[in-house]
Amino acid sequence: MKTLPIVDHPTKAHAFVADNERTHWHDQALWFVRSKRDKQAGSVPEWEYLRSLASQIKTETIAKLGDYLSEFERNATALGATVHWAADAAEHNEIVLKILRDHETLRIVKSKSMLTEECGLNHFLEDNGIEVVDTDLGERIVQLRKETPSHIVLPAIHIRKEEVGETFHEHLGTDEGASDPQYLTEAARGHLRDKFLAGEVGITGVNFAIAETGGFVICTNEGNADLGVSLPRVHIACMGIEKIIPRFEDLAVFIRLLARSATGQPITTYTSHFHGPRDPQSELHIVLVDNGRSQLRNRSEFRDALHCIRCGACMNTCPVYRRSGGHSYSATVPGPIGSVLSPTRDSSSYKSLPYACSLCGSCTDVCPVKIPLHHQLLAWRKELVDQNLLPYSKRISMKGASILFRNPRLFTFAGWVGRKSLKWLPHGMTHNRWNTWTIARELPEPPRESFRHWYAANRKR
Amino acid sequence: MIQQTKATTKSRQAILDRLLGTEVIGPGLPTVDPNQLIHFEDPVAKFIEVLATVGGQAHVVDDLRQIGEILAKLPVYSQAKRVVSLVPEAVPSSFDLAAIDDPHALASLDWTIAKGEFPVAENGAIWVQGETMPHRVLLFIAQYLAIVVSRSQMVHNLHEAYARIGTPKSPFGVFVSGPSKTADIEQSLVLGAHGCRELQVFLTP
Repeated sequence: MKTLPIVDHPTKAHAFVADNERTHWHDQALWFVRSKRDKQAGSVPEWEYLRSLASQIKTETIAKLGDYLSEFERNATALGATVHWAADAAEHNEIVLKILRDHETLRIVKSKSMLTEECGLNHFLEDNGIEVVDTDLGERIVQLRKETPSHIVLPAIHIRKEEVGETFHEHLGTDEGASDPQYLTEAARGHLRDKFLAGEVGITGVNFAIAETGGFVICTNEGNADLGVSLPRVHIACMGIEKIIPRFEDLAVFIRLLARSATGQPITTYTSHFHGPRDPQSELHIVLVDNGRSQLRNRSEFRDALHCIRCGACMNTCPVYRRSGGHSYSATVPGPIGSVLSPTRDSSSYKSLPYACSLCGSCTDVCPVKIPLHHQLLAWRKELVDQNLLPYSKRISMKGASILFRNPRLFTFAGWVGRKSLKWLPHGMTHNRWNTWTIARELPEPPRESFRHWYAANRKR
Repeated sequence: MIQQTKATTKSRQAILDRLLGTEVIGPGLPTVDPNQLIHFEDPVAKFIEVLATVGGQAHVVDDLRQIGEILAKLPVYSQAKRVVSLVPEAVPSSFDLAAIDDPHALASLDWTIAKGEFPVAENGAIWVQGETMPHRVLLFIAQYLAIVVSRSQMVHNLHEAYARIGTPKSPFGVFVSGPSKTADIEQSLVLGAHGCRELQVFLTP
């Protein structure tokens, strides 16, 4: 695999942030979703109990992941499904391509799957001459625009309706200048109906796979996953190995939490349960993908990140995500959970992400499976220091601060210098192009005296 | 039978070895305390209320004949040409479904009248069992959907729902809550994304 370019979050966010009006609009759109989530969470009196149950179930699942995967494989195979194992993204793509080649497939319809996005399946299949149609409306918009999703639940949240109108005018022949969501959705419905009817194989993701029964569940509002796999004879379901849950009854806990946390709905329109192929003439393939997950499980401080059910609540609430946009993270999964997961893949490339965070802790508060996200982001910062991945400027200033705080005399002197400088330094000395911190900030009024001085005068006897 | 692609086992052992090689002690699986779960004084009223918030319409009927009468009042039903009814005792089909072998032939379907097993009060969902449908696409390809379900089978929450399903016996089962919808364009809710544009639910005794 080729080395990834280093992602510098502030640089990547720069263009987005520069458009003040758009940043504000994006922020409000996500806050609207977060508010809907709050309303739903508040309407379930046992919400916190559900979160505790979910957290415990996931902790246990990840602990015994090997056993549950074997149990799932056994039961799924008994139902007539074929279970494949992929160590990494490349193997996953090869497995899918092999199945498609075996059926001489030229056209596939695909519903939303963050895993296939992570593996870069679309481009791989297209390079191999297969037409890939993303059928989720948001993903289709993003696909037609040759972009990537900027959010795991709302892939096109960064695109304005006028821009969707332009894209649809170009690709679907809708009226020029049209931007009414109702009209545009109707156009996409007609366009994708034809694609559904022409699809030779349906590819989907998986929301939950049940070890006890060998089945799995897919949740959608549009019905695209169901339409995509109910017509062709072959269904390929791709899932990360962490999507397993032990028992059928555990679904109740997770289904109750998922849609409420994600979009503030009581449940998605369709919650479909698949147990084995449709009929004896059909095939069901399930691809279990590791791609770094088993290594993440070995790291106790970040292991809980495997609990994630991909609801997106942490992004909707994150003040940094809301104002910087999903693309600034340059990762399949952006936002707080993405900032934990991405460096586990490649700490050097993603070293700026744990700093795209104010440690406000809101993500931890809304996480339905209680991942201690802001603690993990803080733990990453320590890890990055230990790995010597901090930029020189930060390393040297941290060294300086350490010396300063260890020497009381030096500290007292520095305080005196600071108070005097605040008072006498000309504005241009602090506010110039070399000091990015002061771009939109003023320095505080200098206090008349230090706390030490005040204490000595007023409290010391 | 089409040729079955064989699963590869190359990475299976490597993944399992990695997972089984590191022992992690878990907390054990919890048992859900039923006393902590939500219950409604009037679950039927709650169901109707929640279904309305997700864009569906519920009708309480005491007689199956009422279903046809209510549907007939809807212009999108009275003008419909192709109707499949899986509840023939309530509404007739407009053509013979048994003659259809390939689900693609259902592309121009206007209505499906499906049979639900039980409704769920907390989220306005109805459990539909796969074997009630000769083609599962019936539920998703029709322009409009109606589900007939007995209100006496109502459960309060999803925990009760999954307990009721027990071990899934059919290859397919689905909770349906409201019509197909999307908010992918600027968070504007649009009903009728890919599946049904409207959902009518008939709550029989």
